Amino acid sequence: MKMRSSQRLGVVVLTTAALALAACGGDEADEGATTGEAGTEATAGGDGGEGGTLEVGVKFDQPLFGVETPDGVVGFDADIARHIASEMGMEVNFREAVSANREPFLQNGEVDMVVATYTINDERDEIVDFAGPYYIAGQDIMVPADNPLGITGIEDLNNADITTCTVEGSTSLANLNEMAPDATVTTFDTYSKCADAMGQGRADAVTTDNVILLGLADESGGDYVLVENPFTEEPYGIGVPEGSDLRCQINEILQAAFDDGTWAEIYESTVGQVASVTPEPPAINNEGC
Amino acid sequence: MSWSEFYDTYGTRLLEATWETIQLSVYSFAIALVVGVIIVSFRVSPIPPLVKFATIFVSFFRNTPLLVLFFLAFFGLGELGLVYSGFTTAVWALGLYTGAYLSEALRSGINSVPQGQAEAGRAIGLGFVQLLTLIVIPQAVRTVIAPIGSLFIANAKNTAVALTISAPELTALSRRMINDAAGTWRSLLTVAAIYTVLLLFVGWGFRGLEERYAIKR
Repeated sequence: MKMRSSQRLGVVVLTTAALALAACGGDEADEGATTGEAGTEATAGGDGGEGGTLEVGVKFDQPLFGVETPDGVVGFDADIARHIASEMGMEVNFREAVSANREPFLQNGEVDMVVATYTINDERDEIVDFAGPYYIAGQDIMVPADNPLGITGIEDLNNADITTCTVEGSTSLANLNEMAPDATVTTFDTYSKCADAMGQGRADAVTTDNVILLGLADESGGDYVLVENPFTEEPYGIGVPEGSDLRCQINEILQAAFDDGTWAEIYESTVGQVASVTPEPPAINNEGC
Repeated sequence: MSWSEFYDTYGTRLLEATWETIQLSVYSFAIALVVGVIIVSFRVSPIPPLVKFATIFVSFFRNTPLLVLFFLAFFGLGELGLVYSGFTTAVWALGLYTGAYLSEALRSGINSVPQGQAEAGRAIGLGFVQLLTLIVIPQAVRTVIAPIGSLFIANAKNTAVALTISAPELTALSRRMINDAAGTWRSLLTVAAIYTVLLLFVGWGFRGLEERYAIKR
């Protein structure tokens, strides 16, 4: 295929823009994510027929929730997706979902569902449907393992003598400013820098979504722990295409997993490796089922 | 938010951040001048290990991105237990970085001094240090006033990178103002205007120096 140079330039510009958009993401959990493979044919439709393959979008780089390893994708989200697929009698095939491509993946039918630390909110609910929620994330605080200042919650950060680290421009910073206005705040551009800064004594605590903090605590090999007292609520849902009847089917499977302890088992074998308290499963939104 | 509300809210912080940027620029450039002179003396010295050291120094600091240098100095040294504030780290990292460039600018100045000058100096019995300080550097400096001015300005603008290691300078404040929903363009325009005005004066100052020390032809 031959292109004139102006066309070629257009392609380059568009590709660059797409990559830049994908790289920016919308959500801090996406650091370092790449665009998912594109161009594979959509399969399976959304009917959940016996013996088919369920295409699932998961994070490939979110510690404890979805991490790609040589043995497949591991983590809470991945195991929840496996459980749902096996209850439907289907095979599961994981595709990498990053924050920026979750809605297009569902809208284009590239995947049948997205289980990727996907917060339910009104804007998203307009264009896709959510089963669940299956987990309530929230902003929490990470401290050194011995917790020298005895920090137990957001109230303790409201103190000019305690330096809290978070990312400039994040919702976490806005929440911190609002709920602990007297806190001394230091900011960096990534949460891992905050963790390093805390390790070097430049900060006393790090605050953001517990999912991100759990990953950092996990990487620290026990040097950091969460206070496990979240002060905001972010319900994670399972994204399905708008109007898909998969939603109610997934809700039933989730409810059963909540009731028979499967959910808690999955939690304990993944996130629970780092967090000490297994939360109560959230209430599922069955509206319209 | 109107302009007057904007300045009521952020006026004091803008002044503080501007002062921080000025201090960062001046301190780091002072270090750069000292480092630049020492390194170029090594570079043109007749002692091979000093020449080698100067070459390695320049290669390292000139070929490492400033951002990487800042992170290395801040988190890297911090890992070794050398925990300094963002400000102190930025002053030293910038000083060494710009010092490497400065030594190269000075070297080009030194190369512009005709060989005969040094030979004449040696003929009347001057040692290496005297030769450098009395004959070569005074002549070399006048040809490099303009490049040194450019380096000062580049150094002053490079202080903006210090926001990545939490030094509360002007660009960091602009980000904070943007995130406080004080208006993106207003915040950036204000900060850009402050940099421009400050550095315009610096530019004029160097132009004056250049005219004053120009070789009369």
